[in-house]
Amino acid sequence: MSFLNNVITGVSLGSIYAIIALGYTMVYGIAKMLNFAHGDVIMVGAYVCFFAMNSAGLPPVVGVLLAIVVCTALGVVIERLAYKPLRAAPSLAVLITAIGVSYLLQNGAQILWGAATKTFTPIVSTDPDARLVLIPGQLSISYVAILSIVCCVVVMAALTLFTGQTKMGKAMRACSEDKGAAQLMGINVNSTISMTFAIGSALAAVAGVLMCSAYPILSPTTGSLPGIRAFTAAVFGGIGSIPGALLGGVLLGVIETFAKAYISTDLSDAVVFAVLIIVLLVRPAGLMGKYVPEKV
Amino acid sequence: MLKVNDINVYYGAIHAIKGVSFEVNDGEVVTLIGANGAGKSTTLNTVCGLLHSRTGSIEFLGRNLAAVPAHKMVELGMAHVPEGRRIFQQMTVEENLEMGAYTQPRAGIPANLERVYEQFPRLKERRRQVAGTLSGGEQQMLAMGRGLMSNPKLLMLDEPSMGLAPILVEQIFEIIKRLHQAGTTILLVEQNARMALSVADRGYVLETGKIVATGTGDELLHDEAVKKAYLGG
Ligand SMILES: Nc1ncnc2c1ncn2[C@@H]1O[C@H](COP(=O)(O)OP(=O)(O)OP(=O)(O)O)[C@@H](O)[C@H]1O
Ligand SMILES: [Mg+2]
Repeated sequence: MSFLNNVITGVSLGSIYAIIALGYTMVYGIAKMLNFAHGDVIMVGAYVCFFAMNSAGLPPVVGVLLAIVVCTALGVVIERLAYKPLRAAPSLAVLITAIGVSYLLQNGAQILWGAATKTFTPIVSTDPDARLVLIPGQLSISYVAILSIVCCVVVMAALTLFTGQTKMGKAMRACSEDKGAAQLMGINVNSTISMTFAIGSALAAVAGVLMCSAYPILSPTTGSLPGIRAFTAAVFGGIGSIPGALLGGVLLGVIETFAKAYISTDLSDAVVFAVLIIVLLVRPAGLMGKYVPEKV
Repeated sequence: MLKVNDINVYYGAIHAIKGVSFEVNDGEVVTLIGANGAGKSTTLNTVCGLLHSRTGSIEFLGRNLAAVPAHKMVELGMAHVPEGRRIFQQMTVEENLEMGAYTQPRAGIPANLERVYEQFPRLKERRRQVAGTLSGGEQQMLAMGRGLMSNPKLLMLDEPSMGLAPILVEQIFEIIKRLHQAGTTILLVEQNARMALSVADRGYVLETGKIVATGTGDELLHDEAVKKAYLGG
């Protein structure tokens, strides 16, 4: 039964990674950049929710909504101020800027909220008893895990519908393929990119709250490791691919959990990256990515 | 309808368009011919706002386009079918056509789709197919159909016959004639000068960024210099 318990833990952790990975993958798909500050938006979301609940005494739902609003705005502002002026710049300049924004957010959080870790109040009960028992005494699943998996499924379904069926979603796909041609169709590329950042950052807020509910330690660097892991998940699944982010996230969560359970807690990241390297050797574009040779 | 006045376009230090002026009147087919690298595509891309001129002006339907961003051109009634088709490879045929109608009111789209499918029955058969799997000729039809989805007043075509078998080239020019008869104004860029001049009311010859000759399609077809340079003697 511990095997099944590990699967559940892995899938729920992986669901959170998948939600974060979506932000990386969507932004990459459309702006062709790695937004390394994405992980830190998660942290900001968690802080907003923390203060809404603990200082303002607001109910968890309001805290989550507030986190979503703040992160969405933050994502759009970051894009507008830091990345948009670099639209024509070499990708290395954009990458370094993104790393800079990441530090800016971490240090900003440290100034605003202090460097000391805070104990996050989970948005659903995490009492050892507050679990859905599947087999008494053997197999059970925590409410946070259920919530994470449900959120991930809902987000995936919504995004699949959005990109497949709506006019805006299709415009987004058009932009990610060919910005010039998209403009010729009358699509405003700048606002499409803004919208992508908005969606990705809103998802980061959700992921931040889920993450801190499952692992309730909050500090200015809370977002960086999950951010890097989710980025790995996005590459794993095939960067730019939405189903790839889901697959990569869940697999990463499961591999990490299994590595911790059966190999060693210290080596779990090494195992994850070993698997990533093997996958990329076999499928350079990731599990679901399309390999597009660079045009010369 | 379109008045281009003394435009100069640069790519960094490269001076690609050197003081080009021309116009396209209502209902005309005007062709821009010239060798590789003459600046034909650059001219069209400047008209549709993807590139910018340092001087002069571009007027469309009496309106100066200087401050109009590329994505607003469609709404004004200009459609550009770019060189190399640039269809959305990973989207289906019908989604590509829908993107062509991005600025159109939703209610009019089904009728437009029907009209395009009538023009290009092959596209209708393949409507659910991913566009990247179409043949070159089908992709060109899709690119043209996508351009027509916005009910353009001015249709700009950049080398629509590029890479097509002779029979398909004939078909594409048939379609251009049909659109012309239906009243669409067309600005046509072509390597295939003979075909282009034979459907065009007027033509301009572009050479290394400058217009070196102009006249009616017939005049240019019989011009000795043009014959020599572009019509194979
Ligand atoms: N992105 C670019 N950067 C630098 N130079 C460019 C660029 N695009 C075009 N040029 C140069 O500008 C000139 C005009 O190019 P353009 O593409 O307009 O030619 P064209 O007449 O359309 O040729 P073709 O018939 O081969 O399509 C060429 O000398 C070309 O090398
Ligand atoms: Mg060209």
